[in-house]
Formats: sequence, C-alpha cells, structure tokens
Amino acid sequence: MTNTLTRLLQTRDWLLADGATGTNLFNMGLSSGEPPELWNVDHPDRIAKLYSFAVDAGSDLFLTNSFGGNASRLKLHNAQGRVRELNRVAAEIGREVADKAGRPVAVCGSVGPTGDIFAPMGTLTHELAVEMFHEQAEGLKEGGADVLWVETISAPEEFKAAAEAAKLAGMDWCGTMSFDTAGRTMMGVTSAQLASLVEKLPNPPLAFGANCGVGAADLMRTIMGFVSSGTERPIIAKGNAGIPKYHDGHIHYDGTPALMGDYACLARDAGATIIGGCCGTMPEHLKAMHEALSTRERGPRPTLEDVTEKLGAFSSNTDGTGDDPGPSRERRGRRRG
Amino acid sequence: MADEDDIILSELDDEELVQQMHDDLYDGLKEEIEEAVNILVERGWTPYDILTKALVAGMTVVGNDFRDGILFVPEVLLAANAMKGGMAILKPMLVETGAPRMGKMVIGTVKGDIHDIGKNLVAMMMEGAGFEVVDIGINNPVENYLEALEREEADILGMSALLTTTMPYMKVVIDTMKEKGIRDNYLVLVGGAPLNEEFGKAIGADAYCRDAAISVEIAKDMIARKHNQMGA
Repeated sequence: MTNTLTRLLQTRDWLLADGATGTNLFNMGLSSGEPPELWNVDHPDRIAKLYSFAVDAGSDLFLTNSFGGNASRLKLHNAQGRVRELNRVAAEIGREVADKAGRPVAVCGSVGPTGDIFAPMGTLTHELAVEMFHEQAEGLKEGGADVLWVETISAPEEFKAAAEAAKLAGMDWCGTMSFDTAGRTMMGVTSAQLASLVEKLPNPPLAFGANCGVGAADLMRTIMGFVSSGTERPIIAKGNAGIPKYHDGHIHYDGTPALMGDYACLARDAGATIIGGCCGTMPEHLKAMHEALSTRERGPRPTLEDVTEKLGAFSSNTDGTGDDPGPSRERRGRRRG
Repeated sequence: MADEDDIILSELDDEELVQQMHDDLYDGLKEEIEEAVNILVERGWTPYDILTKALVAGMTVVGNDFRDGILFVPEVLLAANAMKGGMAILKPMLVETGAPRMGKMVIGTVKGDIHDIGKNLVAMMMEGAGFEVVDIGINNPVENYLEALEREEADILGMSALLTTTMPYMKVVIDTMKEKGIRDNYLVLVGGAPLNEEFGKAIGADAYCRDAAISVEIAKDMIARKHNQMGA
C-alpha cells in the first residue's frame, strides 16, 4: 500500500507543509532547555493542538514532535532509554489528528540531526548514526507515521545514514538540509551537491529540499539551485519566517504572513512542490500561505532579482553553484591535487 | 601525484619550512605538522616563535578562508586537529620557557540551551589557535560560569545560545558579573545563530562572534590589546 504522501504527490501539484514546532511550543509554555519530545507523553493535548494548528490552516502534511528524538540528543536529558516510546507517541498523536482531518493529511515522522560530529574529528560513525536513526524510525513507524522526514541535516554522512535507517525500517522518506553558511550547509554542501547526492542513494527520498537556514530569500536561492541541477524529484521548501530580531528584551521573527504568502508562491513558481515554513512560522503565516497558494495563479519562474525584490537580500554573494563558484584560494598544492 | 609527496621537510630552509607548514595546516596534515615542529625545535627556534610564526599564522589563513566561505567546517576541523598535534609537542616547552600564554577560555551554552554543536566548533577552533579551552558543556546557570572562571583563572568567557528564548540569559550572566564587580576581569564573547552585533552590544558583551573563525580572530585581537595595556 502506498502512503498518504505518495498519493498526495501523485494527485496535486503543490502541497502545503507545516510551520514551526519550537516557536509554537514555546508559546504554549515549553521552557527553554526542556526537550519538547517529553511533552508527547507529559502533555499530549498540547502536541495534538500543535498538529491541529497545521491541519486547521490547510496543511496537507505535518511533522511529528520528534526532531530531537534520537539517543544522542535525548541523552542530554538522561532520556536516551525512551527513544522508542517518545517517537511512537509523537506519531500516534499525529495519526489521531490526521485521521480526523476529513481530508488526506500525511503524518511525517521528524528526524533531526544527532548533533554529533563525524569521525575522525568527532565521535560519530556511520554505524552509530544508522543505529540511532533506525531506533527512532521504528518508533515513528510503530506510532503510525506515513513517512520519515529527515530535516536540518548539514553533513552528507548523516543524510546517508538516515537514508539507510529508513531502508532498515522499510519506510519511505523525505530529506532536507539546512543551508545556513554562505548558501551552503555548515559542512559545506551546496544545493547542487545535495541534488546529486540524493540520486546516488540506493533508496532515494520521495522528495528532498531545504529547511531552516537564514531567511526566506536565501532558501529560495537554494530551491532554484536544486531546480537548475535538473532534478525531477519533488522539491521541498521550508523556510524560516524571516530573521529573528531582538526588541526590548523579547524576540520576534520579522517575516509577516503577507511575506510568507509571497514566499510560498515564489517557491511554487520556482519549482518546489512541498512548501511550508520553519522557525517563526505561526498558524497565521500558514493560513496566508494556504490562501496565496490556493488563489494566486502560477507565475513565471522567478529570477534571483525577483526573489530579492520580494523577500529581501541574500546573506552572501554566491552559494557555491553555477558559473561563479565563489571565492577560492590559489594553492601551492604540492601535497594535494 | 607520487613525486609531489617527495617533500623532505628537513631539507627545507626555515622560511620554506614555515611556508610548507602553513600549507600543511591548510590541508590538515597532522603528522607533517608534528614532524615540522620537531625540526624547528631542533634548529633552536623558541617554542613561542614556532607557535606564533608557524602554527598560529597558518591557522589565521584557515580562519580567514572559513570566514570568506572558501573553507567549511570539515576542512577547518582537520586543520585544527593538525594544529593541536603541533601544540601537544610545544605545550610543555611553552610552560618551561615561561612564554606568554595565548589565553584561557571558559565556554558553555547558557541555561535552557542544549544546542552545542556551534559551541563545540568554537572550542575546537580556539584550541586549534593555541588557546586553552575549558568546556563546561550545555545548559549552564550563571553560577557554573562564575565558578569555572574563578577556578580556571580564565581570561575569556564564551557563551553560546541557539534559541531566541535562551539568548536573553546571556544578559543575566553579564549583569551578575557586573554586580560582583568582576565583569572587567574577562573578555566576554557571545555567539549563536539568532544573535547579532546589536544584541551583543545591548547586553554588554565585548563582542558578538558570527562564527567560530571570527571568535578566534576577535579573541586573539582582544587578548593582544589587553597584553599591550598591561605592558604600558
């Protein structure tokens, strides 16, 4: 049997994903330092409400509250023994909300990074990473997640390990990286490199793309990088609602619902299929995005100039793709080619 | 290519050797760096000169290219690892010769914040640049910072936060330091994705560090200025 997400992708030319998890949970009283995953068991009503925010705003899919639900992250709270349980419950609550929606809504099991650095510099090995992701995947599967949703990854090794875990769990998956450093991921991966990496995997994702990162404008540039790589795989765009600003002791994201509506349509026009938000994206942003995607005609493929005009400037001059690979250093290069 | 591997470090004159060390740091070649450090020691270089002219100068190039988006984290970590190999040889000699210390940093993420990858990168790069680093981990209340600063006789406090909800806690730490009259004994550096320079100023930090390379640059610069003031 195919999963809900696959069926949605076959019948629709755009899908609305969800918005922020953290920002919404903090508004519901999560205190910082507390791992959100514990709320799956301690406050299931609030997690159901979080999922409902997305469903009520018109989202076709939402991510489960399991981003930090791997053994390495949970260990920071001495909860590494609860991986299976916390992930299963995250998906179970999601299943219940999705099944009551009255329309097909996919429950996507969120899998975030381990936070560890790969050997030789760090402690993480491929085997360890696969084991951790697999443990999490089995919990999400048991709870009824339709697919795995690997997100905010920066190392290609970690992306591959998550793909292998999805295979071991026998689940379809989607995967996104966070491009937050001069248009690349922290580990230097470009949009073109991710597009090429996914095709080399033995079990490529249903869809791939970018989430989080800097602002909506940078995220759009990354999406356009995927498109110009010639990929035919559905592309995911999940950008932050602008950039966080500090005002008189509190913080807010500067992206308005109207701006996020523009961003959603630009992302669709650029070639993205699954469009959502990330940090700072509240229900009102999602509603504006749904409204914009439902009512506005498709436009021509935007140029980089269109993006900066509507969404603001990029954080760096280049993103390491295209004819201008960005700055480089002349090397004596006697030891290495 | 094979013939390109034929560099015999011991046959290079001092100037060429230092150049080669800069290149080898850039390429993250730990064994080559260790060998070259030993050669310079044998040639009678002071440990302090080896540290500053060969290692720190080489890491500056790496840091600049990281800042400019030419190198990324994996390459920088390899370079820092090579640097650490050289440092391990020099450290006891530096202590013995009473060479000026680069400085000591206490670093940790603030109370409520469990995101440690950025903090870990800064710690690795600071060590790579020759600083001593005491990493007090995640989720630190103000007492942890103050206790570690005193115990370690540190020069620098580094605070990291990834969440918009936790970054205001940095101000709590700085305000407590002010109350206790110890704020000016330390350089206070802050960093983390949601921060910016304006925020750093607003809470009374000495500097906001956009990334790990800039942290090192700022720390070196500020420590040098502090030493100059003390000498004056």
